[in-house]
Amino acid sequence: MKIFRLSIALSLGALGLLAQSVLPSSGTPGTYIIRGATIHPVTSPVIPSGHLVIADGKIERLGAGEAPAGVTGVVIDATGFHVYPGMIDANTNIGLIEINSVRGSVDSSEIGDFNPNARASAALNPHSELIPVTRVSGVTTVISVPEGGIISGQGAMINLSGWTPQQMVLRDAIALYVDFPRLRSGGFNAAELAEEEKKAKKGYEKQLEDLRQRIRDAQAFARAVEARAPGSTLPRLERDLVLESMQGVVGGRVPVVIQADYARDIREAVKFAEEAGVRMILSGGAHVQEVIDLLREKQIPVLLGPILSLPPRADDPYDLIFTNAAALHAAGIPFAIQTRDAHNARNLPYHAAACAAFGLPKEEALKSITINPARIFGVDDVVGSLEPGKMANLFVADGDPLEITTNVREVFIAGERMPMDSRHTLLYEKFRARPRKSAE
Amino acid sequence: MRKLSLNQQSLRLTAVVALLITMALPAAAQQKEILIRNATVLTVTNGVIENGSVLIRGTRIAAVGPADSVRASANAEVIDATGRYVFPGIIDAHSHAGVVGSVNEGSLPNTGMVRIHDVLMNEDITSYRQLAGGTTAANILHGSANAIGGQNAVVKWKWGKPISEWPIPTAPAGIKFALGENPKSSNWNVPSGQTRPYPNTRMGVEEVIRDAFVSAKAYMASWDEYEADRRRRLDPIPPKKDILMETMAGILRGEIDVHSHCYRSDEIVMLIRVAEEMGFKVKTFQHVLEGYKVAPEIAAHGAGGSTFIDWWGFKMEAYDATPYNVALMYRDGVLTAVNSDSDELGRRLNQDAAKAMKYGGLTADEAMRLCTINPARQLGIEDRVGSIEVGKDADLVIWTAHPLSTYARVETTLIEGEIYFDRQRDLAMRESLKQEKQRLLDMEKAAADLEKKTKKTKKKEVTR
Repeated sequence: MKIFRLSIALSLGALGLLAQSVLPSSGTPGTYIIRGATIHPVTSPVIPSGHLVIADGKIERLGAGEAPAGVTGVVIDATGFHVYPGMIDANTNIGLIEINSVRGSVDSSEIGDFNPNARASAALNPHSELIPVTRVSGVTTVISVPEGGIISGQGAMINLSGWTPQQMVLRDAIALYVDFPRLRSGGFNAAELAEEEKKAKKGYEKQLEDLRQRIRDAQAFARAVEARAPGSTLPRLERDLVLESMQGVVGGRVPVVIQADYARDIREAVKFAEEAGVRMILSGGAHVQEVIDLLREKQIPVLLGPILSLPPRADDPYDLIFTNAAALHAAGIPFAIQTRDAHNARNLPYHAAACAAFGLPKEEALKSITINPARIFGVDDVVGSLEPGKMANLFVADGDPLEITTNVREVFIAGERMPMDSRHTLLYEKFRARPRKSAE
Repeated sequence: MRKLSLNQQSLRLTAVVALLITMALPAAAQQKEILIRNATVLTVTNGVIENGSVLIRGTRIAAVGPADSVRASANAEVIDATGRYVFPGIIDAHSHAGVVGSVNEGSLPNTGMVRIHDVLMNEDITSYRQLAGGTTAANILHGSANAIGGQNAVVKWKWGKPISEWPIPTAPAGIKFALGENPKSSNWNVPSGQTRPYPNTRMGVEEVIRDAFVSAKAYMASWDEYEADRRRRLDPIPPKKDILMETMAGILRGEIDVHSHCYRSDEIVMLIRVAEEMGFKVKTFQHVLEGYKVAPEIAAHGAGGSTFIDWWGFKMEAYDATPYNVALMYRDGVLTAVNSDSDELGRRLNQDAAKAMKYGGLTADEAMRLCTINPARQLGIEDRVGSIEVGKDADLVIWTAHPLSTYARVETTLIEGEIYFDRQRDLAMRESLKQEKQRLLDMEKAAADLEKKTKKTKKKEVTR
């Protein structure tokens, strides 16, 4: 039986990276026994000193004390450390963007306002430097999301490990992403405002009507498909990739993530989703506290974030964004926390911590980046908590992962022990080793 | 001389005695005292005092120490900070908040003649939000559109005070330089029909800076010549005053500090070379994302490094940015600070400081300096702010937890002994602000309705 103490494993890792110039896109599969750790399953009480066994990519078992005799594998002594489920960022552009200002490296936004058939999974770069940078922080899983226009496309839930997009994808076309049209106008006084609003409304109504029309077209397409059941004498239906791509949405199988921040826009979005008969998840939600009753009544889940962002209006309370999560929690509305970032999706736990600093119970903050996003997207049977049978997406840390000063020591994705290197650790090692002239 | 009655004499004597007593008493008795007691005091420069107190007298810190050693006068206002942490006001070495309109006078490669001081405003809510995040002072800089930008303003976020009271009068003057993609206009399109402005390369950026100092030296020489001729009573004609050249001369004379925006390591050493050739010092490199590659060179020049800690990959020149930058620069002896360059990040520089512990293993003590005394030293205001020391300005922040914790929240922010943010006060004011807003909206609406009515009446009159 091989036994690694965490510290030894770490130094071995550091030696290994000197010989590497590019990072592996997956980890080392095997059977692993993590012992001596405080285990935080998230969906059940904390186990103060327990074990967790990883085999065949899954969590085989976990519990108090030692693993039963007869279980063999690589033992990781994590005494004094903590085990958590891998964190899930419900909205990133990871895999779609390398360097924002370099057009050739950006694949997040298609031309035009309506691109339901644009799939993130078709353009994911598994060898992006952002992937190791993010996963060594304990964020193991993200939804990679297209952006721009009104219907931006379909997101893919991915593990941050894999040599091809297909190896990374946990659930393709997990949701359709809509950036809801915003009614914006300004004016020097009320009279001017009213005038400007009238003008703005024209463009806004047209955008909204266009959006509704896409849904109606897709519904009509669904009815046409149904009508042309086997044995039907109706003429063969022409293929239409755009309308086909929306069948999951109009059939209620695929949710629509609607981005909206202001109360008025959120109300309109709820109305739109209800009329269209689609399953809505709200994203953004800066002013969500103004529409709490509506969201509770309709039981619309909310993806809050980025939390580390400014309130949109000058007269908003300074802590508005930080307090949204506590308000949703108190109202019993399901929610998760997201970064809507790419390069710094690694800061996901600090977005959650900001909510905890402003009234959200700490354990709920942890749930908001683990089991909550998994439940909202219907993948909680696979990821989001430490339970036997679930995919072994987890990490070992030396403390509370919501604290910046905590260090993540081990990351497992789909049961593979991931290298703890990234572009950033490699650059650190390279320049730490730069020869310095001795001080004379 | 008129003889005074006994009564008058005693009255006069009393007055004199009273005057003498007043004069003899330390200034203390006349100044307001605030005692923050029973807190964990993070002094930054003199360690941590558990169960400590800070006494504020007037605008300054009068005493710091264990709670039982700090005595306040009987009428001192007492803030019980049991279970709380007192930290110096955070200093943001790179901000653009509170500027009217654009931060870039981007029309020329060198706009050293313009000043941020002229476009500061005190009504930007951002300032208040900085206070709510424990930030009390900032270096307000010109943008990075040109190789040599405008002059800075070092201010305290004195929300509610006239803007004339915001600048720190003793702060040395400073100017923004910029290297790399921004001054060479890499990331925006030139409107059709217009030619791309000079410079277009890092070569051109270097040349703009070199040319400015070569011209400044000639300008200074012409004035020296004039002064010499004048001393010889030759009645010379003075050279033309040039405010841009005055600025460049100020840099060469060491009166204006250079704060240079930069990313790549080669452009950092380029500016060091130009500076050493021309005879001035770069005070700080700003952003300096590749500072870690040339940290020994930056340290040898004596420049500071002011950086945001984990932004990377947003443009080509930020692709090699790493959060380990701070630790590497710091360990090579560079005076290092974290800055925001962002109205949002400016509210939580304590968290960026904490990241230097995570990435590169700085101690808590070292991390705390990154957002307090180090930026103060970079801005030349360390004699007034940046740590909790007797005699320094009472710019203090009371936190609910250690400011390096993500769970910490600001309760109270003081500048020079005055409360500028208080969470309880903020919460209490929300309802009245809401009502006030509604009242204003109602008035607006009433005015609009009236205007509509009047217009209709007028129309009728015209028709008639």
